Amino acid sequence: MSLKGRPPRQEMPCQDPQVRRNNFNEVALGYQEKLAVAEATRCLQCKKPQCLAGCPVEVPIPEFIKAVAEGDFAQAAQIVKSKNSLPAICGRVCPQETQCEAECVLGKKFEPVAIGRLERFVADWEMDKGVEKPAPAPKKGQKVAVIGSGPAGLTCAADLAKLGYAVTLYEALHVPGGVLMYGIPEFRLPKAVVQAEIDYLRQLGVDIQVDIVIGKGKTVQEILDDGYAAVFLGTGAGLPRFMGVPGENLCGVFSANEFLTRTNLMKGYRFPEYFTPVIVGRRVAVLGGGNVAMDAARTALRLGAAESTIVYRRSAKEMPARAEEVEHAHAEGVQFQYLTSPVEMLGDENGWVKALKCLRYELGEPDASGRRRPVPIPGSEFILEADTVVVAIGSGANPMVIKTTKGLAVNKHGNIAADDDGQTSIPGVYAGGDIVTGAATVILAMGAGKKSAQAIDRYLTAQPGEKTQ
Amino acid sequence: MFPIVRKEVIATNPAVKLFEVKAPLVAAKAKAGQFFILRCNEQGERIPLTIADYNRQAGTVTTIFQEVGASTKILGKLNEGEAILDFVGPLGLPSEIKKHPDPVVCVGGGIGIAPVFPIARALKEAGNYVIGIIGAKNKDLIFWEDRMRAVCDELIVCTDDGSYGRRGFVTDALKDVYTQREGRINQIWAIGPMIMMRVISNTTRPWEVKTIVSMNPIMLDGTGMCGACRVLVGKETKFACVDGPEFDGHLIDWDLAMKRALIFKREEQRALAVVECQGGGCGCH
Ligand SMILES: Cc1cc2nc3c(=O)[nH]c(=O)nc-3n(C[C@H](O)[C@H](O)[C@H](O)COP(=O)(O)OP(=O)(O)OC[C@H]3O[C@@H](n4cnc5c(N)ncnc54)[C@H](O)[C@@H]3O)c2cc1C
Ligand code: FES
Repeated sequence: MSLKGRPPRQEMPCQDPQVRRNNFNEVALGYQEKLAVAEATRCLQCKKPQCLAGCPVEVPIPEFIKAVAEGDFAQAAQIVKSKNSLPAICGRVCPQETQCEAECVLGKKFEPVAIGRLERFVADWEMDKGVEKPAPAPKKGQKVAVIGSGPAGLTCAADLAKLGYAVTLYEALHVPGGVLMYGIPEFRLPKAVVQAEIDYLRQLGVDIQVDIVIGKGKTVQEILDDGYAAVFLGTGAGLPRFMGVPGENLCGVFSANEFLTRTNLMKGYRFPEYFTPVIVGRRVAVLGGGNVAMDAARTALRLGAAESTIVYRRSAKEMPARAEEVEHAHAEGVQFQYLTSPVEMLGDENGWVKALKCLRYELGEPDASGRRRPVPIPGSEFILEADTVVVAIGSGANPMVIKTTKGLAVNKHGNIAADDDGQTSIPGVYAGGDIVTGAATVILAMGAGKKSAQAIDRYLTAQPGEKTQ
Repeated sequence: MFPIVRKEVIATNPAVKLFEVKAPLVAAKAKAGQFFILRCNEQGERIPLTIADYNRQAGTVTTIFQEVGASTKILGKLNEGEAILDFVGPLGLPSEIKKHPDPVVCVGGGIGIAPVFPIARALKEAGNYVIGIIGAKNKDLIFWEDRMRAVCDELIVCTDDGSYGRRGFVTDALKDVYTQREGRINQIWAIGPMIMMRVISNTTRPWEVKTIVSMNPIMLDGTGMCGACRVLVGKETKFACVDGPEFDGHLIDWDLAMKRALIFKREEQRALAVVECQGGGCGCH
């Protein structure tokens, strides 16, 4: 078939923007079989596929797409899962446009194959059919502890369990899943999808212990002393950053973590059926330009805000959010103030925020991140009214584990120092995901969890007996 | 699940209750000054409560709480033998306990008597001369007088209405102690309603006696992840759940703290209406 004759990239069926801005149901509805097959047939099945290089976990992309094109969805699911243990999640939240799809040859002239949507289709198809209970692996007789149950921890725990280790997964919150549960909203990543992955982990025999804060209730050293042969730290980048401008502690100013946790984890959008409140005013300003900011701005609309505005220091081009989320935000009526940043938050007599005093910026020379540095324009001050402000400018490493683990080296950003395999400065202690890289992506965290599981297996196999208790 | 092994009704108006809960991990590590977070059921809020006592052998933690909002009312309905869904801790930093050359004073107002008790005990065990002051609105709301007396070298009990002990506020008793001792007090702990801690801090500031208060701002995770618990201390924003809950009362921005405590006031009232609703007709939900 000639390139020209190929069908265009199949659109993702979505809830109508005017409807969905008022509900928390999933926005993107997923391909049906026909659409999926049509999209899969667009793939050129390149001899030297470029897309592979764009995938941090090396999913055999052309192979699984071929299976979809042939209608063998079970086979497709197997192929995806050989490399990616959380495809239903990654298909929904990976920034495909900067990864696999960015490399797709079709994309040079036309639109790239919708690899992410196909991945999601395959995973959802399998989940619908019911995932087969994994065959128990022969027991290794060694215990490994995984701290933190975000994508890094979930993946590491699953892989270690499949290798036959007795795995205990510790989570500080009352629900496992990390950012997937408390941060990313229901309308983008239904919690049932994450729950299915967690159930699968339980089936693998992983012992999930919630409500345990490592560094408080237990320390890493105590876990090692308890006979665990190795520990993986996947504690994420949970420490919210604030701007440090005057007025930031006014009532109505929330970190994105607080705003989203109230809504997602605590189900504040169903208050008072669920008892944790979450509030928005009429005019909501969200500071930042990443996925977190988009999620907060779109959540604000769904909670009833009349206006929801993204306030971002750079221009549209530099926004790190997934392209699809920015599109969806636009369609739902989120407004954007680019090249703008607050210098002060102004309050009323009751201590509630009522406006942001902002400065306009222009882009100067590129900075360390390669993005052009925003430079304030003198005298450009203006007032942006807002009665709720959500700060979504990033997050750092929570120091709790680091502070309480003797000999655990950190890098200059305060993240745990670890090599490519996740090996830290302490033998037998591995780390990966946001706690090592700083806030990054689900797929990178997953990849890190995978690598560490392999490294832990090598480490434990190399010294049999010694570590067994 | 975390079973309630003992429940006591300390007072009925307002309702104050004691729970001793089996939570071995928390009990093993608990120290004076720390708190924990519980969740009664699937719909429940994460409620932070200060640790009033712990028993490492039995693996239990004791807490005393007043039923103020919907969530504490629901908690209060649970009975001995029933269990709490989630119970995580100990959280926050423990009190800094050391031997002081001069006497130290532990002030507990109302429900604050509970958390000040383990601090007084730890200070006593560290060899301090401990003066205790406990107070409440009336006689019914005074509890643990015997326990406090056992760990204090001197104990003053006061009630606002004079129905028991000396009449008046804990602040007045503290002023008398200060005068009697001619200012020879090394440090003060004051735990109770925000307004009480504020008044005490303002009273002791000119004395230049370090005054530690225990803040209980709105919290969510209790692990430093959300910043709901922000407190301005001096010029610095602190997260009470990980940097506190104890802070130097002289440095707290009390105005801000009191305003932030009211952020969800309207929602709290709505939730309370739902809990108290006797089944329709009231339009609460
Ligand atoms: C709102 C939001 C939207 C996002 N959107 C996207 C997206 O669309 N695409 C994408 O690829 N990425 C996205 N990200 C980023 C992505 O979610 C993270 O990079 C990823 O979750 C990191 O995984 P992790 O396993 O390292 O850590 P986390 O997911 O942060 O999990 C860490 C877990 O460890 C637990 N923990 C921490 N400390 C302790 C302790 N002391 N003891 C026990 N447990 C502890 C935490 O409670 C948490 O559950 C988003 C992030 C947020 C916040
Ligand atoms: S309660 Fe969330 S940071 Fe303190």
